[in-house]
Amino acid sequence: MKSRHKKLLVIVLALAGIGIAAALILNAFQSNLVFFFSPTQVANGEAPTDRAFRIGGLVEEGSVKRDPDGLTVRFVVTDTAKSMNVVYKGILPDLFKEGKGVVAEGKQGVDGVFVSTQVLAKHDENYMPPEAAHALEQAQKAQETLAK
Amino acid sequence: MNLYTYASPANFYVLAGKLVPWFAWGTGIFTVWGLYIAFFLAPTDFQQSEAYRIIFIHVPAAWMSMFIYLVMAFWGAIGLAFNTRLSFMMARALAPTGAIFTFIALWTGAWWGKPMWGAWWVWDARLTSELILLFLYVGIIALWAAIDDIKRGDRAGSLLTLIGAINVPIIYFSVKWWNTLHQGASVSLTKAPSMAATMLQGMLVLAIAAWLYTITVALIRVRRIILERERQTEWVKALLEKET
Repeated sequence: MKSRHKKLLVIVLALAGIGIAAALILNAFQSNLVFFFSPTQVANGEAPTDRAFRIGGLVEEGSVKRDPDGLTVRFVVTDTAKSMNVVYKGILPDLFKEGKGVVAEGKQGVDGVFVSTQVLAKHDENYMPPEAAHALEQAQKAQETLAK
Repeated sequence: MNLYTYASPANFYVLAGKLVPWFAWGTGIFTVWGLYIAFFLAPTDFQQSEAYRIIFIHVPAAWMSMFIYLVMAFWGAIGLAFNTRLSFMMARALAPTGAIFTFIALWTGAWWGKPMWGAWWVWDARLTSELILLFLYVGIIALWAAIDDIKRGDRAGSLLTLIGAINVPIIYFSVKWWNTLHQGASVSLTKAPSMAATMLQGMLVLAIAAWLYTITVALIRVRRIILERERQTEWVKALLEKET
């Protein structure tokens, strides 16, 4: 074996070692790298109870209600299986809409309502002109009526 | 033609000099064409309206930040294995451009995040791993600058580059592996792109512009590095005499 081939082998082996180490570390950190929990995960007790955490999901259609003070908003976050009541006082991002993705940071109150201190909008990876989005929506509706 | 001819710095210096103007013109044409599509032809987005246009800078910059790192790691590995001088010079020539693209990706991402998400910055897996990439670039450049002995510096920097390469797949797949605030990939090899055709076209043209720009500046930079390192050799002395 030539010396440079030996060197190449050593480099490849070292890289493989680093790769395995990184995979192990990532696996260990898996639970800490979660940016938000879904309502199902919270219901299963996977979310921390003693400190603040984030929940993520869709804002349920027709669930957004404003208190008379004009600042406090109540809405329901759902992952279509389970849902959670959220209360938030503050300014919402532009993309906050019913039926759209949302991530809320806060703590679970004693009454089961999630008291949020920050609300972030989570948009998806689809980009299209409004007319195309409208056409898609119409097509979906048409299919749903056909299915009925 | 023997390709190994161009592994010699003296020959590559001449070849790079000839290539630079072509890539520079290409960069200019593709940038203007891409920006024209981005600002005048691409339609408004259905949910993000005009703010989505940051995508035209953000995505090519983020792609390049990861790709340049892999190319650097490739040249570093070749250099470490075969002791080829030019590979280390290529790695050094690419690093500043990679760092700049990483910075642009983070910066434009923050500008996008504030109006769309409601936060300049969040510690989700995608954003954090991209920030680590910036630290890696800066760390490698600093390590090269800190070691006076060129050969030792080359080896140390390339080794760090190779170790850090594990971060690139983490950045790329972070949106798949974990719950992140950052959205998933709109364009990937495994599925049809989830973007309107004109938007996609603008983004790809600008991505090509970013490639051409990277090649242009890397070639210019590697020519300077060759001259600096080979200044004691006959061919550089002859070249300098001819030019003065």
